Amino acid sequence: MNTGVQATGGTQASPNGSQESTQAEARFGGTVSPVQASATPLTEQDEHLARPAAMEVRGLNFYYGTSHALHDISIRFPERSVTGMIGPSGCGKSTLLRVLNRMYDLYPGQRATGEVLFDNQNILAPGVNLNVLRSRVGMVFQKPTPFPMSIYDNIAFGIRLHERVSRSEMDGRVEDSLRRVALWPEVQDRLNSSATALSGGQQQRLCIARTIAVRPEVILLDEPTSALDPVSTARIEELLDELKGEFTIAIVTHNMQQAARCADQVAFFYMGRLVEVDSTPRMFTAPREKQTQDYITGRFG
Amino acid sequence: MSTTSPSLMRADRSRSLLVRRQLSDRLATGFGWVAMAVVVWMLASILWTLLRNGLPGLSVHLFTRSMAPPGQDGGLANAIVGDILQTGLGVLLGAPAGLLTGIFLAEYGANSKLARMVRFVSDMLLSAPSILIGLFIYMIMVAPFGHFSGFSGGVALAILAMPIVVRTTEDMLRLVPVSMREAGIALGAPKWRVILFICLRAVRAGVMTGVLLAVARVAGETAPLLFTSLGNSEWSLDMSRPMASLPVAIYQYAGSAYQDWMQQAWSGALLVTFGVLIINIVVRVGTRGGRT
Repeated sequence: MNTGVQATGGTQASPNGSQESTQAEARFGGTVSPVQASATPLTEQDEHLARPAAMEVRGLNFYYGTSHALHDISIRFPERSVTGMIGPSGCGKSTLLRVLNRMYDLYPGQRATGEVLFDNQNILAPGVNLNVLRSRVGMVFQKPTPFPMSIYDNIAFGIRLHERVSRSEMDGRVEDSLRRVALWPEVQDRLNSSATALSGGQQQRLCIARTIAVRPEVILLDEPTSALDPVSTARIEELLDELKGEFTIAIVTHNMQQAARCADQVAFFYMGRLVEVDSTPRMFTAPREKQTQDYITGRFG
Repeated sequence: MSTTSPSLMRADRSRSLLVRRQLSDRLATGFGWVAMAVVVWMLASILWTLLRNGLPGLSVHLFTRSMAPPGQDGGLANAIVGDILQTGLGVLLGAPAGLLTGIFLAEYGANSKLARMVRFVSDMLLSAPSILIGLFIYMIMVAPFGHFSGFSGGVALAILAMPIVVRTTEDMLRLVPVSMREAGIALGAPKWRVILFICLRAVRAGVMTGVLLAVARVAGETAPLLFTSLGNSEWSLDMSRPMASLPVAIYQYAGSAYQDWMQQAWSGALLVTFGVLIINIVVRVGTRGGRT
């Protein structure tokens, strides 16, 4: 049933000439490669990428003090799609992620210019309520960061910040969040024990549960599996697959396979510049830039 | 020896270097053990002396009767209660102030000029002779009112307790990883909530230890109380009047020529020491569970 819907969607959207598909076709016109020619213009990813942007970065520059870390970045994050951000260490991908929820605001000397549009507002503008912004743009970090409290309270903490809910409703929200990350069966008998006693993979799933419990629209993930073993990593990736139906996801990763498996579009950063962004299949089969190709094939310094 | 025991030595490695390293390793370890033994011996000897001299004087009267002239079979009840009241007031005033200052230094001030100044003053207070604190409080709280009081004693103890709490709170908060703070902020929590409900929670055992250290420190202070609460041989719960305390009573009794007073001084010292010891043990056991 799914494939049927996608097929009709594809044939309909193609002549429509939405912004994304015209861009894609323009690219096809530029380079002729057998792979591209045989690929249908609209893949599942293209369909996702044609959605309106949940967040859009326009002409972003970022500075750590006097050091210019991001140069004129423009990128769309289509809603309910996954954007993978790759590039060597220090290329600026994590920096960009930390602009999207204005985490950089914690540190004096860090500043951004340009525009980041979210819900029709420029979140870089002065006067933006950062607590509200961060409740709508959640973040999961590289190292699992369970709070020093019970499993239950870890989830309830975020909800209590933004909503008044009854005890029974809170119980429901906590259970629901833990079920979404498939942690419920493992912890339902020990909700009141300390979250720091969980394994690394469980902790990271708890952190994701904590983030979605607040019901954000966008979730930023900063190398969420790089501290985990392969089994835990696989579970997180499965989880991302389920979450992308509901949330807009931006994930920074050093793992090329992870980007290929999870993302609808992939953005390649190098030395503070966005070298290339394209749908995942095109990015990995026919990147336009030599730098991208070198990086994804592992020929990079 | 080397011929019988299997040696993994390779010809291209220096045997003398190996021997020297092993020797210095053993020397350092041995020195550590000796130093440890000396300290433990000193502590044990203090406790032993206290027990030997103090235990014979422990009686019901010690806890139920107030101080009395020599030969009248008095106790230390008023001094014990006075000590608890004044130490309690000192910690009640000093610990929150120290906690807030520590939070300011770790979370808000960081390396600002004001923070550096506050840190410097706090460290000065930490090492200031306690008799100076007593004199200072005498000048501002005793002399203007014209009489000694338990309140002024409590305030003097608070000033002694505060810098200890400041230092431990700041040190502990600095141990909280940045990622923990960011995780709280990323959920949309305001900074004060992250500090109170996440950072302080993460290090509550350490912060509590700091407060306890402060209690232990001020519970045995004599000098700042001499000029403030003065001491009182009668039963009194009125903190606006002169008030007895164990250290001052010990000071007074130990220097006397009366056998029964000297006995009570030993017993009082035993009480102070073991009181502090027990508080420490209770808190250690109590905070151990919360850390896992």
